[in-house]
Amino acid sequence: MGAKLQRGEGSADGCCAVSLYGISKTFGSVRANKNISLDIPAGTIHGIIGENGSGKSTLVSILYGFYGADGGRIRIFGNDLKIQSTAHAIAAGIGMVHQHFMLVPSFTVLENLVLGHEGSGGLLQGMARGRSELQGLSREYGLDVDPDAVVADLPVGIQQRVEILKALYRGARILILDEPTGVLTPQETDQLFNILRALNQQQGVTILFITHKLREIMALTHGVSIMRDGEMVAHRCTATTNPQELAELMVGRPVLLDGIWHQAKVGKVVLQVNNLALDGTRGMPLVRDLSFQVRAGEILGVAGVSGNGQSELLELLAGIGAPSRGSITLGEYTFTKTNPITPLVIKELGVAHVPEDRHAMGLVLPFSAAESAILGHEHSPIIGDGPWLNPGKLKAHCGQLMANFHIRPPDPKRQSRLFSGGNQQKMVLAREMSTNPTILLVGQPTRGVDIGAIEFIHQQLIALRDRGCAIIMVSVELDEILSLSDRIMVMSDGASMGIIERKDADARSIGLLMTGVD
Amino acid sequence: MERTLPPWVDMGLLPLINVLVVFVVTGIFIAIIGENPFSALTVMLKGAFIDKGALGYTLFYATNFIFTGLAVAVAFHAMLFNIGGEGQAMMGGLGLTMTALVLDPILPPFLVVLLAIPMATLMGALWGVIPGWLQAKRGSHVLITTIMFNFIASSIIVWLLAGPLIEPGQMSPQTRSFADGVQLAQLHTIFNTIGFSLPSSPLNVSFTLALGASFGVWLLLWRTRLGYIIRASGHSKRAALYAGYSPTGTIVITMAISGALAGLMALNEVLGVQERLTLNFTAGYGFTGIAVALMGRNHPVGILLASLLFGALYQGGAELDFQFQSITREIVLIVQGFIVLFSGALAHMFRPMLEKVFATAKPSHKDVSHDK
Repeated sequence: MGAKLQRGEGSADGCCAVSLYGISKTFGSVRANKNISLDIPAGTIHGIIGENGSGKSTLVSILYGFYGADGGRIRIFGNDLKIQSTAHAIAAGIGMVHQHFMLVPSFTVLENLVLGHEGSGGLLQGMARGRSELQGLSREYGLDVDPDAVVADLPVGIQQRVEILKALYRGARILILDEPTGVLTPQETDQLFNILRALNQQQGVTILFITHKLREIMALTHGVSIMRDGEMVAHRCTATTNPQELAELMVGRPVLLDGIWHQAKVGKVVLQVNNLALDGTRGMPLVRDLSFQVRAGEILGVAGVSGNGQSELLELLAGIGAPSRGSITLGEYTFTKTNPITPLVIKELGVAHVPEDRHAMGLVLPFSAAESAILGHEHSPIIGDGPWLNPGKLKAHCGQLMANFHIRPPDPKRQSRLFSGGNQQKMVLAREMSTNPTILLVGQPTRGVDIGAIEFIHQQLIALRDRGCAIIMVSVELDEILSLSDRIMVMSDGASMGIIERKDADARSIGLLMTGVD
Repeated sequence: MERTLPPWVDMGLLPLINVLVVFVVTGIFIAIIGENPFSALTVMLKGAFIDKGALGYTLFYATNFIFTGLAVAVAFHAMLFNIGGEGQAMMGGLGLTMTALVLDPILPPFLVVLLAIPMATLMGALWGVIPGWLQAKRGSHVLITTIMFNFIASSIIVWLLAGPLIEPGQMSPQTRSFADGVQLAQLHTIFNTIGFSLPSSPLNVSFTLALGASFGVWLLLWRTRLGYIIRASGHSKRAALYAGYSPTGTIVITMAISGALAGLMALNEVLGVQERLTLNFTAGYGFTGIAVALMGRNHPVGILLASLLFGALYQGGAELDFQFQSITREIVLIVQGFIVLFSGALAHMFRPMLEKVFATAKPSHKDVSHDK
């Protein structure tokens, strides 16, 4: 009921929950936000879409008081506000659900809820007040959670619900969600959208939804603003736009959204995994008893919610760490715990590896592009004789890779960290594909990569497959799995939930397997 | 959110500003104790560079710093903090002394020198490898173990010089002198024989070896596959794991090179001047090497310049001690402390300021990575 009143106050001044005028923010020499203006009508769900590095996270961080803007004004429900800290933002009725949850895992839901709002006097009083308010909120908003459950034991989707409750508990009338679906299964995403719609329609909460996924914008929002290179390039009403137009606005040129997959010519088995298992510290199984085969000329997609053993599987196959049990057979060689595979051995057997984390593993960020372009290949004779590295040959080698993969800017001397995510990823792919591998292990091929580069990378993967390479692709992007894979293995809690042929796979069936339900 | 400066600002201007701040703060300090900082500076510069023979002494001290600075820098590129230059230099000195004492009665002097030099590097390397191996295999951090190894080296030398190796019939803790000719020629004698007259100073062939070592370190780090592996492992453990480098191998090899460089410092003091092993010949040069490497930004060229500065401080500091009543040699330690503070701990203090200056100077500068 209070909600309606607050909305009334807002509507006295043009109905805008949030108005931004000329917001600018510079980090060093990088202009993250350039003169951004934005009006979000009260009581709507508004999306902000843009590629990685387009400045959308910076913008909401300014709105939530993490950074001060260099210039510009912020109006909340018609009132000019100086938001200098998150406390100001919360007082103004803004709540935020972060991409990475800000919960204390060992606390209960209730303890997390009252954290920072324990009230004066005894803790028991505060907790009791929190409990009754939590029950009220749960009833009012239809957000069911057990107040006494320990957060660490809850599924990710429920943890996110706790985050939303936390924001509402602090009186949020404007809810910001920053890339909220990255960690969710398709089913959990649907549930989240239902909750958000209910909050919006029944309680009048204004929702600001940040994402890089076109599908989510189309499914959820009323209006959408598109950012590119730190600038607000367009505003659209969701009902009158389409994914193609949004993609073009995001990238700044026409893009191909349709599938590029075609039937594979599958050869003989090149990789055989038998009963592979890995125990973590304290005996927690990370990978459980995996057995599968991969054939030349096919892409095996490994799907699953992040953190269900896919990363560990990829590293085991790449020879980073030894398995606890089971074996990996490459051609005529079999590797086990006592005879583990190593990164050097896989290279000799024609296996290339594009790691999930290109910043920590795939590149050495302070190195020049030319130096990063030989990581793991520094003994190659094409870059020098004997123990020497020849800078001229290094540069020429890198220049060749850059030309083949259209890496921008094509400057081998430029520091690896200064390239955009897409160009960094292309560099790793170019390096690993340059050896013409018989097996390619690739993790998150397009994480944090702009649409233009995604298109290019997908084409390269399919082309490599067509040349007879077996590809094992781990990705948390279900769309990517579905559009590229010939077969799909779904992992949940370290175990395989089954391998599905492409023709039998859809988001729903895979989503169900991802949750561990057979 | 990357922040970049033009390389000449990053590598040249910023360290220069840091050094200037050190001098300004030292000047304030000297003013506080009641002396004129400008006349102190004049005396110091004159004492370090202009007086007869001064430059030779400055370069002699610099030689020590080049070796110990390079030792710290090589280890640092693999993210290993070798604080053990002092002990490694002592063991290097012990290695070459033992070789000389055993062989100088039976072999011609130049052969003894030729064998003593590798022994100095080997013993220095050994004193680096043991802590390195302990870190690789046992997880004990070289930062701690190299410090402990300094104490062990020091105790070994004290024991040897007070007992087994002491010059017979003498009370002072030192060995007998090496046989005639078991030494590294001093540069002024070399120059005098070819007709150039140089004032007398202890500057010897070790200085040219130090210049060679600097070039060698540059070649190693930036022109060889091994150097690439060392630097990649230092920047990113995960990337090294991904690329398949053996962490044990990298640590042990790097510490061997680092220890060997520190061990070479003994050539300058023991074979260049003393011609016998004395107690405390390392005189803290191993520790000063840390400040030298910090200031030289772990690059051989920077280390040469920083060594020159420290050499000048040591030589000029002695002059200050003579000329001013209230200034003692310890002023050098104070300057050294400020250098660690401003070139090490606060090395990036002026970076945001410079970034602003260079961002406003070039308003059109954009992040080109987004260019189509």
